[in-house]
Amino acid sequence: MEIHEYQAKAILADYGVSIPEGGLAYSPEQATYRASEIGGEQWVVKAQIHSGARGQAGGIKLCSDEREVWEAADELLGKRLVTPQTGERGRGVYRLYVEAAVSAEREIYLGFVLDRSAERVMVVASAVGGMAIEEIAAADPNAIVRVNVEPAVGLQAFEAREIAFAVGLDASLVPQAVQMMTGCYRVFGELDATMLEINPLAVTADRRLLALDAKMTFDDNALFRHQDVSELRDKSQEDPRERTAVDRGLSYVGLDGNIGCIINGAGLAMATLDMIKHAGGEPANFLDIGGGASPERVLKAFRLVLSDDNVEAVLVNIFAGINRRDWVAEGVVQALQQLDPSVPVVVRLSGTNVEEGRRILAEADVGVVTADSLAEAGTRAVAATERSAA
Amino acid sequence: MSIILDETTPVLVQGITGRIATFHTTEMLEYGTNVMGGVTPGRGGSTHCGVPVFDTMKQAVAATEATASVVFVPPPFAADAIMEAADAGIEYCVCITEGIPVQDMIKVKRYQRRYQHASRMCLIGPNCAGVISPGRAMMGIMPPHIYQRGPVGIVSRSGTLGYEAASQLKAVGIGVSTSVGIGGDPINGSSFLDHLKRFEADGETEAIVMIGEIGGLQEAQAAQYARDHMHKPVVGYIAGLTAPKGRTMGHAGAIVSTVGESAAEKVELMRECGVTIVKLPSDFGTTVPKVLRR
Repeated sequence: MEIHEYQAKAILADYGVSIPEGGLAYSPEQATYRASEIGGEQWVVKAQIHSGARGQAGGIKLCSDEREVWEAADELLGKRLVTPQTGERGRGVYRLYVEAAVSAEREIYLGFVLDRSAERVMVVASAVGGMAIEEIAAADPNAIVRVNVEPAVGLQAFEAREIAFAVGLDASLVPQAVQMMTGCYRVFGELDATMLEINPLAVTADRRLLALDAKMTFDDNALFRHQDVSELRDKSQEDPRERTAVDRGLSYVGLDGNIGCIINGAGLAMATLDMIKHAGGEPANFLDIGGGASPERVLKAFRLVLSDDNVEAVLVNIFAGINRRDWVAEGVVQALQQLDPSVPVVVRLSGTNVEEGRRILAEADVGVVTADSLAEAGTRAVAATERSAA
Repeated sequence: MSIILDETTPVLVQGITGRIATFHTTEMLEYGTNVMGGVTPGRGGSTHCGVPVFDTMKQAVAATEATASVVFVPPPFAADAIMEAADAGIEYCVCITEGIPVQDMIKVKRYQRRYQHASRMCLIGPNCAGVISPGRAMMGIMPPHIYQRGPVGIVSRSGTLGYEAASQLKAVGIGVSTSVGIGGDPINGSSFLDHLKRFEADGETEAIVMIGEIGGLQEAQAAQYARDHMHKPVVGYIAGLTAPKGRTMGHAGAIVSTVGESAAEKVELMRECGVTIVKLPSDFGTTVPKVLRR
């Protein structure tokens, strides 16, 4: 789960990370009020969307008086920002964060990620900040410091000191950096984060370390033990199709093609998408309906897939350990009778009771195209879109 | 021979009294698995699915001399169950549970380091379909009838894609020695490499099918091992050629976040290491016979 910058900063501040003074605004009036509360001479008005690279997309504006703050807020609110990370549709701006502008003497990168190979949390830091870590790595791989943290004891002060010195911080700043890093490590563990990034981390003229931007993501599987984190979810930032899927307990990823997919098992779903692509088609989505493919689940999946206007054909591919094929067939029949879709449906069932499933589909006469093999499923689904386009 | 499991392996079911565990325990017993008992804290002394239930793994192991266990415990408590199995001296622990928090898995992996490598429990999964040695026994949730006994070892992240491969092989008359599902989580127990080693040493296995997906570097490490240390042919497939970068594709671990984790990169590396690539998931049944004939 992703959260906004202002939410991440509030969490980090609780763990000893210094942040510039700031406040949330939902209207231009509120934004100017926040600016006057903060005081000073310059402010940044920052669009709160679940994406990085907001600056390049015009989502961050430096303002020198209240009128500029008002105008920046007025322009940003309600706008859809398109960044390299959001896809064409972009993300809607409904919240702004107004913050005291900070002039940084230098900018550093600090991140915490899961290192899958080491099976530990890894601290990633770089003397150069303010751009994506991939860009830093591409420019100079040696500029990046990486430290794996022993999970039994956590991040130690000496490790944090080594990182601080390695990114070239003055000795006078090292104690602050150590406090910040140990705080970050602690919050990462305590709240089940999967990623934490402070980029840039500014060194100010008055010798302070300030987190100018912050990003955190959390482990969906651990939300059950973090009520407070779950409440930070902002549904306005999610693809409406994916939002519906999450609420229905289905695993869905929206794509740009026209073949809707209903599959059980993540691996088989990915493989089926590859099969469609190979046959010359484009999948509209990834959808794993999981183990117990009950008729209700199949119906929910059909509703979701058909709610996408781009869908010109639906491919159902079910092969599971737990459920019975005739059960899935009944689910498909019920869904088609209830929803009466205007697009062709291709069904491939395999495993237990496959003959029974096929018989149910044939007898129900709901007009599905059946496929016996994975290859056939792909080509028939693509052929179906061509027919439906003609 | 098979790897990990045969009809004599004494098995415990952790969380045996749950609804899903009950269903699969019955299936496992019917298939011939030597299920000796189960554990549900607080239900010790009772009988479930015809086998005794214990309060703790230590009690269960002491009473049954079980060497393997299969975990059906819900995600918030599954990591604890795995560590309990390790502490009780279990050799092979299969965890079916999907949705264990990553930090819990970090803890499990750290806990396992208490034991010397040689005596360390082999964890299979979590978030996997389990292990089956066709015609002998199974610890998992797979439909056993799609497997035929034979010379091919399967190791797969995905459950359903493993089924797909096994049934394509059966359709062309080729059987399986053992099929292992290692699960779709970002931090899992045993890796592709661990099971390639076992299959290389197994007398019955003549070729191995390795079914990976986007995310992580385990397929690449396994391919390098195959090139440097194996004599048996390895056939490989990677799902997710069309998966967009940075998106989680169903499995928590199926996400391309860094260099080398995409399907295209893995396929290339596997090919360089001499692994026979199955280009399409519909081609297991045509590719494996060619490799076996060599």
